[in-house]
Amino acid sequence: MIEVLALLILLTVIAAIITVLTSNLLHAVISVGAVGFLLAIVYLFLSAPDVAIVQIGVEVVSLVILIRATLGREVQKLKTVHAVVGVSFAVAFVAVIGLFGIQVFNAFPQFGIPVMQRFADAPSLVYLQSGLAETGAPNLVTAVLLDFRAWDTLGEATVLFCAALGAVAILRRNARINTDKNKEESS
Amino acid sequence: MSAPPRRLRDRGTGMSMTVKTVMRWLKGPILLFGIYMVLYGHITPGGGFGGGVVIASAFVLITLAAGQKEGLRIFPLGMASRLDSAGLLLFLVIGWLGTWWAGGYFFENYIPTAETARFSLFSGGIIPLGNLVLGLKVASALFLVFTVLTAFHITDELLGETEVQQRQEDKS
Repeated sequence: MIEVLALLILLTVIAAIITVLTSNLLHAVISVGAVGFLLAIVYLFLSAPDVAIVQIGVEVVSLVILIRATLGREVQKLKTVHAVVGVSFAVAFVAVIGLFGIQVFNAFPQFGIPVMQRFADAPSLVYLQSGLAETGAPNLVTAVLLDFRAWDTLGEATVLFCAALGAVAILRRNARINTDKNKEESS
Repeated sequence: MSAPPRRLRDRGTGMSMTVKTVMRWLKGPILLFGIYMVLYGHITPGGGFGGGVVIASAFVLITLAAGQKEGLRIFPLGMASRLDSAGLLLFLVIGWLGTWWAGGYFFENYIPTAETARFSLFSGGIIPLGNLVLGLKVASALFLVFTVLTAFHITDELLGETEVQQRQEDKS
């Protein structure tokens, strides 16, 4: 079980590295897709089907958008400049982050053991024990998302709303010209 | 300064006949699965976000296979933006009813679930309502972003010669 997980995460990291290093934009988009689908399989192995469904769905849609946006434009080959200063900065940055990461991982509880188990009346324990009785929803993930933590979901929905609003606001003038003016010209 | 003429990059032709035929078979089941995931989000894995994304992907598939015109005919941009706003507003109203109507706190689950009604579609109080509204919102928002990001591009042949020259000067 843990070996399969390690293999999947290793493949994910390899795909991510290919994404950064490849010079072709289309190859980069495809490797981003590989990263997303491998992550979805990792979620399934960790028995989180809700997260896996959202991961696959968002991955497919965003990947299609990326490919569509990339293929429409002239695909330029990126020139990778291996400057000594830049590489050394990157290595130093990764080393510092890695050191902090190792410290943090040491403070974590063992893999697979709930973090909140150490506290007496932790929220996660309360959710698990009285979630069905209080909300009436058997799927506890949705019960937490839309009942116990509905404020967070509201924030998430607002973020998505703002993203759509920003996209429409930036590209709005084009759209109006496209639909209205061209109709007038053609008719 | 007048705006350069811009047009839909996609002239509404779409992809080949094979892709269109497969799309005709697949769009219904994908849409149905998305609606199922939204409606039964409080019982099975899924929910408003995942189901909304699946519904949006059905419309994205139609747009890619049959062309921009067909996609916008089925799901116009105005409807998408209105559904997006209405979804968020209705979600706020559902939460606000907890304070105003039930007299409790924001997002209080004011519809009780009977013991016998558990594991059925009509259970969970405001949770299925919230799922429905969120699914509507997420589906329309994602389709809106997809259409706006991919549909409208400035292509060189539509810009006119002077603009193209200017762009090339800017690049070099």
